[in-house]
Amino acid sequence: MSAPRVALDIDIPSDVRQIEPVIRQVTDTCRSLDLPRQQCSLNVPVALSEALSNAILRGNHEDVTKRVHLRTLVADHELVFEIRDEGPGFNLEASTRDPEQQNALEREDGRGIFLMRTLMDSVEQFQQGGNVVRMTLRLPDTSPEPR
Amino acid sequence: MSFALKKQGDVVVVDVEGQLIVGNRQELKQKVLDELERGERKFLIDFSQTGYIDSSGLGVLVSLSKKIREQGGELRLADLNDDLKTLFELTKLDTLFQISDTRERALESF
Repeated sequence: MSAPRVALDIDIPSDVRQIEPVIRQVTDTCRSLDLPRQQCSLNVPVALSEALSNAILRGNHEDVTKRVHLRTLVADHELVFEIRDEGPGFNLEASTRDPEQQNALEREDGRGIFLMRTLMDSVEQFQQGGNVVRMTLRLPDTSPEPR
Repeated sequence: MSFALKKQGDVVVVDVEGQLIVGNRQELKQKVLDELERGERKFLIDFSQTGYIDSSGLGVLVSLSKKIREQGGELRLADLNDDLKTLFELTKLDTLFQISDTRERALESF
């Protein structure tokens, strides 16, 4: 198995208008890697948009002097996104709301982390020079069948 | 990304071109609320030219749906691509909204 390589390393100010161009760059990278269509057009853009929104709004409180850093790593069988902000972090578990919960349907908020967890194979959070959220998406095995 | 509004009969049709996300959701909300304020009561949002929607965009749709219903109006959605259908199913919002396959069918359903 080869070591993961950094496909993208992006640093943006805490401004939600920065999200769309970043997503475009990442989805272009997904397509260049020949990932399945739905991963490029649904899983990656939506989960990443949520993670970047959280970093900008909750982590850095839209303070444009604070930065959000995105690193995209490609390994043999997975795509990893690390999103780092300058905030103290927040409780991912407590912020995850299941749409099956009572009254959840008519709520305007509370779907972001649920979508990240649903559209990615794992979502972790840790401290490393700031608050880091790591999302991992497993890629389909395209290696030839052994004879 | 932009939102184009036009009137078809007594229905205000909104085309969402591009993404509906945290960076532009307030623009859509304000445009629809302005029409509601002017007395319009039937709204159709057409997603045939939409890429993806994030949780903020979904939240705005929920908010608009409530505000329009409170004024005795109706909001319908049309022409979701497969990814958007999946997104609405995952969040169970397919049970909250009346969703049609095409704009024409949605217009007929009012």
